[in-house]
Amino acid sequence: MTTNMAAGTQAGVTGRRAEGAGTTLRMRAVSRSFGAVRALDNLSLEVAPGELVALLGPSGCGKTTALRIVAGFEYADSGTVTVDGKDISPVPAAKRDMGMVFQSYSLFPNMTAQDNVGFGLRMRKQSASSRSKRAAELLDMVGLSAQARQYPHQLSGGQQQRVALARALAIEPSVLLLDEPLSALDAKVRLQLREQIRSLQQRLGTTTLFVTHDQEEALSISDRVGVMKDGRLEQIATPAELYERPATTFVAEFVGTMNRIPGSYQGMDGVMVLGSVVPVHGGRPDDLAGEIDVLVRPEGLTIQATPGGNGIVTERTFLGSLTRITVLLSGDVSVKVDKTSAAATDLVPGASVQVGVVGGEPVGVTARH
Amino acid sequence: MATIASAEQADTEVPAKAGRPPGRRRRWAAWRWAVLLIAAVFFGIPLYSGLKFAGFKAFTQVIGYQQFGSAFALSLRLALIATVLTLVLMVPTSVYVHLRLPRTRRFMEAITILPIVIPPIVLIIGVLKAAPGFLIATPNLLGLEYVILSMPFAYRSLDAGLRSFDVRTLVEASNSLGAGWPTTLWRVVIPNLRTAIMSATVLTVALVLGEYTMASLDNFQTFPVWIVNFEQNSGPVSVAASLLALFVTWLLLMLIVTVGSRSARKHGGAQVTLFSVGIQQVSRTRGESE
Repeated sequence: MTTNMAAGTQAGVTGRRAEGAGTTLRMRAVSRSFGAVRALDNLSLEVAPGELVALLGPSGCGKTTALRIVAGFEYADSGTVTVDGKDISPVPAAKRDMGMVFQSYSLFPNMTAQDNVGFGLRMRKQSASSRSKRAAELLDMVGLSAQARQYPHQLSGGQQQRVALARALAIEPSVLLLDEPLSALDAKVRLQLREQIRSLQQRLGTTTLFVTHDQEEALSISDRVGVMKDGRLEQIATPAELYERPATTFVAEFVGTMNRIPGSYQGMDGVMVLGSVVPVHGGRPDDLAGEIDVLVRPEGLTIQATPGGNGIVTERTFLGSLTRITVLLSGDVSVKVDKTSAAATDLVPGASVQVGVVGGEPVGVTARH
Repeated sequence: MATIASAEQADTEVPAKAGRPPGRRRRWAAWRWAVLLIAAVFFGIPLYSGLKFAGFKAFTQVIGYQQFGSAFALSLRLALIATVLTLVLMVPTSVYVHLRLPRTRRFMEAITILPIVIPPIVLIIGVLKAAPGFLIATPNLLGLEYVILSMPFAYRSLDAGLRSFDVRTLVEASNSLGAGWPTTLWRVVIPNLRTAIMSATVLTVALVLGEYTMASLDNFQTFPVWIVNFEQNSGPVSVAASLLALFVTWLLLMLIVTVGSRSARKHGGAQVTLFSVGIQQVSRTRGESE
């Protein structure tokens, strides 16, 4: 099957795209400045056919600018964006054949859910009957058949975003662009919708670029996650790799929870931290001289209630099966430690504890603040 | 085709608006009736006096009166010219300003208020100096002057309408679905601006039907000019004509508000009032949790 999903296709929604039939999206050395602010700095990114890549970063990191350049709502000062090898820079947004779901509710208020979904097909000059048939299929797919005749103001926020998703998918876009589509929704609906997005995306095999500031969202549904900072891609990797082997300190601290504990080099490849010697990820970095901090995840630390230990519990947060304990160590260092809730009953604020590192697990190091 | 959304999901989400909340039914306190009564007396007595003075016979005479037909026709023609030109100019302009030049909105507001600030006589002299020869001494020139005069009202209505929904996102959504600019304007922006466009229309029509100064300075016998001219000849007839004009204008306004509100209820759009389009509906949808 070819990857060109242009106008006038009559076939059904599903089954139209087999596994891996999506398009390749490539951004090469894309830069964009707004006045003195460099929103994108030499960004290169490739999204493989059928892949879902998330761009994750704090607000102002350039992730939305990147998405808008791909969509055609912004232009790049330099660099190219290609879809299946074809440069789309001169192509206006209306002709890019990309489906987009926006952060704010973007359904046309003057049209019913069904007409919203059929709008893109109408622009592609499809007949009224094939439009309504396909719109019905897509609404069925997002579970909103019963709401087909309702206007957007009669739908809840989550329903509106599902219609928006159906609308974006109706045109069988070459690339699906998701601009924080879940951030206006409340927690429970957000969780359901993100799973729905992922399962639809996988079933249709649509190449997808997903922008979010929510790391949990990015890590949970993406094939790969690109962490951005100051217009640059810090690291792009699978969620597990990002979590376990962060390439930079920024990534380490932005993705998941990370403790910084003062340590010192011990031999060639080890560091001494909390009384144990542990190996360093990828060996000892050459550019780190002087004092160092060791980066350890909450699950990489051990904790025991011990009279006269090296820390005092200051806080505990129940997370379900786990409980997160905040401990103040000597030297005014605060660390977070995860413990199964059943084993954490005696770790109450004020309790004296002994915190250590799980032996043998490699850790990251960084220059001390 | 399988449904991915679970049934549970559909159940947990409550539609944003399920009818009118019971608390919104108005209870009329005594003081409200008092205010209403005072207002009714204030507006009603002059109207009643006018009716009494004119007598019913005058109303039947108005229509057959000399030059009434031509004056009324001229006013309608001017209203049409002014409305069409105003909308054709102001709708794309206000949309453009809203999307591309949001920073100049203050400036636009200041500019559009000028016709109110500048005395009509100054405007007219300016227009007469600037207008091309083929327009001078034709009623079309007056139509153009009315376009200028109605600009403050039209711009404000349209601006309020544009602020009542997220134009930028809707335009981008429409673009990304393959609609070019003309289609987006026609199918997405204008339908959602309908109430604002209606209120701009009403205000323009009402203004044209009631404008006296410019018409008389330009020496055209529009409906208001006719009323004044014939006051000398026949007081009752001119009063009857004024009342008729008032009634027709009022009817138009009511029509617009009714039609506008009905469409707003259907689409959940903004409520129509004449000078502004309420944005409370939008903020309510936005702000609520699910």
